[in-house]
Amino acid sequence: MDLSYTPEQEEFRKEVRSWIAEAMPAEMKKHAQDGANFEHSEVMEWHKILYAKGWAAPNWPEEVGGTGWDVAQRSIFQDECVRANAPSLSPFGLSMVGPLIIQYGSDEQKKRFLPKILAGEEIWCQGYSEPNAGSDLANLQLRAEKDGDDYILNGQKTWTTYAQYADWIFVLCRTSSEGKKQEGISFLLADINNTPGIDVKPFLTTGGTLAFSETWFKDARVSQANRVGPENGGWSMAKALLGHERTGIGGIAESARGLTQTKEIAQDTPVGKGTLFDDADFRRRIARKEMRLRTIEIMNLRALAAAQVGHAPGAESSVLKIVGTELQQEVTELQMDALGHNAMGWLDSPTDALPSSQQSIASQFNYLRAATIYGGSNEIQKNIIAKQLLRLPSA
Amino acid sequence: MNFDLTEEQQMIMEQVSKFVANESPVSRFRELRETDQGWDSKMWSKMAEQGWLSIEVPEEQGGFGGSFVDVAVILEQLGRGLVPEPFIPSVVLAGGIFKDLADEAQSEAFLTPMIEGRTSLAFAYAEKQSRYDLSDCLTKAEKSGDGWTISGEKVWVLNGHAADQIIVVARTAGDQLDESGLSLFVVDADAKGLTQVRTPGMDGQRTAVVRLEGVEVGADRLLGSEGEAFATVEKAIDRGAAAACAEGQGQIRELFERTVAYLKEREQFGVPIGSFQVLQHIASDMYAEMELCGSATILASIQADNPDAEARKRDISAAKLQLSDGGWFVQENAIQLFGGIGVTDEQDEGLFFKRLRVLSGLFGDADAHVARFQSLKGFDAID
Repeated sequence: MDLSYTPEQEEFRKEVRSWIAEAMPAEMKKHAQDGANFEHSEVMEWHKILYAKGWAAPNWPEEVGGTGWDVAQRSIFQDECVRANAPSLSPFGLSMVGPLIIQYGSDEQKKRFLPKILAGEEIWCQGYSEPNAGSDLANLQLRAEKDGDDYILNGQKTWTTYAQYADWIFVLCRTSSEGKKQEGISFLLADINNTPGIDVKPFLTTGGTLAFSETWFKDARVSQANRVGPENGGWSMAKALLGHERTGIGGIAESARGLTQTKEIAQDTPVGKGTLFDDADFRRRIARKEMRLRTIEIMNLRALAAAQVGHAPGAESSVLKIVGTELQQEVTELQMDALGHNAMGWLDSPTDALPSSQQSIASQFNYLRAATIYGGSNEIQKNIIAKQLLRLPSA
Repeated sequence: MNFDLTEEQQMIMEQVSKFVANESPVSRFRELRETDQGWDSKMWSKMAEQGWLSIEVPEEQGGFGGSFVDVAVILEQLGRGLVPEPFIPSVVLAGGIFKDLADEAQSEAFLTPMIEGRTSLAFAYAEKQSRYDLSDCLTKAEKSGDGWTISGEKVWVLNGHAADQIIVVARTAGDQLDESGLSLFVVDADAKGLTQVRTPGMDGQRTAVVRLEGVEVGADRLLGSEGEAFATVEKAIDRGAAAACAEGQGQIRELFERTVAYLKEREQFGVPIGSFQVLQHIASDMYAEMELCGSATILASIQADNPDAEARKRDISAAKLQLSDGGWFVQENAIQLFGGIGVTDEQDEGLFFKRLRVLSGLFGDADAHVARFQSLKGFDAID
């Protein structure tokens, strides 16, 4: 057994680190150092920079524009981006509908959609959850009724992340009410800007950002050519996609960054004759999180090593999701504690009150209450472990 | 980056697993915990025959030439059976010290008989007042002729009651809490002036209070350089911590598997209790902590051999914390989910529970490792 990276992997890390440092524009760098929430325009700017380098879609097959990296390299690249606090690219095209179209789409669909996802020319959002279909996603009700060569869509989606910036939406909709709920679901692609009847309404989160929207469909017409896979065959494709959503969702690199920032804040915070970082109790709180993170990191590396040799993530990825997101939240709680009374500050606080580098901490702290809820809530993850892995009996 | 067992390690694992199932199931532990010695010399010889006691000894000296990962593979399986033979004190603690510091004559005299299964060993370091501070040492070794005279008292010496030789940490210079000035001596258990007070432990194993009153040792009983033992002592205890993670992992797996089996078979209100969602979620949480303990054991096993002491200390502390926190979660919930019978001596779960709690408190408890982690250089360095 061996914990070390190979010399080639270390070389690769160096290459990625120095490229990021060089390629990131000065304004973006400053924003990154401040740990601020990026504007949509900055996210797209970074996407274009990555695309020009050929690094926009590390997880795609090389023949459609992927980088040809192995699991370890993809992980190193991801770590370095988080380390530099580079903007996170919108995952819905690159990591969700893109891979789905690659696997299940027709040749026309691949030709039509993949290049523009890769180049960042078309932005996507995800239309899955509904007010009555969250954990129970199969309960979705958005109707798609056949009309000639089209479907007519009626209903509502919610939690559509950044739909206000999206050009296209992929939707799970109900094409049949016969038989089991899962057996009447189809996967459709809709053009938000050019389809009358699609209405996007962003709403504020407790983090103070317009991260999510409700998306209304009223007699919205979508061509059947924009259905991926067979009619009523959408559920199994969607399940496969949720597996993708779950890897990396443990927020390990983010937690590491958060702990580093906690130490920085503590070192800069005078307490009596010393600093908060001299406080034995506070040091131990940080230490416990860092030690827990190290163990989770090893578990993640083991999962990556298994993926490297083709072992698909099973219910074990549920463990990483649960423990990773819980720790991620605890780290944000610790960051807030480090701020002391500065934790009262909010976005755009005057710098007389709050340094710019501390301004998005409260926003993240509030928003990340969602970490244990999204991507399959932690309770659902525990159900999955209990049923699929431990084979405990049903009620 | 590789986390797979080699083919050889797989074989060792299967070998030890079979051995435990056939020759040392938990029922054997129950019998032995009633005896004075608490373990069986004939079984110790058998373990030597299997090559397990010489697992780390270099091939050119007749051993297996293995790493700590091999040690961990053996320990996890032994842990499943609560096998009481003194593997940790003899092989991990004293054996490791001999490997690092013994000269040829000392190796021949003290290590070889142990790896051949003819003797067992102990390492005496903790004192009544020392808690987990390895530098806190009142036991003194005063120069007398070519040798030394040792006086003091050590507590909770694993296998201290039965060992043939005991490696003792004694102060040859400096004040009570100084890291410098500590030395290691090989003392015969039957030396004049040495008394052992056998102490049965909560986990059914035996330790001893070892009292030294003017015990005389020759120059050939000093291991390594006088006054410079501290780094070796730290390393030995880190190896102990890694060993605790590995042995504990065996017990954690046993507790988890037995709990899940019980949830499926125990019925109340006309249904298996494993159908209750609250218990399902507890079982899932136990699974998560067990898997984290497995990862911690791998981390500790790899890092036990790391010559970079700072890196070794960081990661072994992280791993030992997981044993204390995550292992505790598994063991407390195992008893809870077994209900009333979990608190009987008749059920095996209580035996695993007690051994795990002992392991948690050995070689640094959770608080001690958190304190150490944040005192290391790497903690202050902001990347």
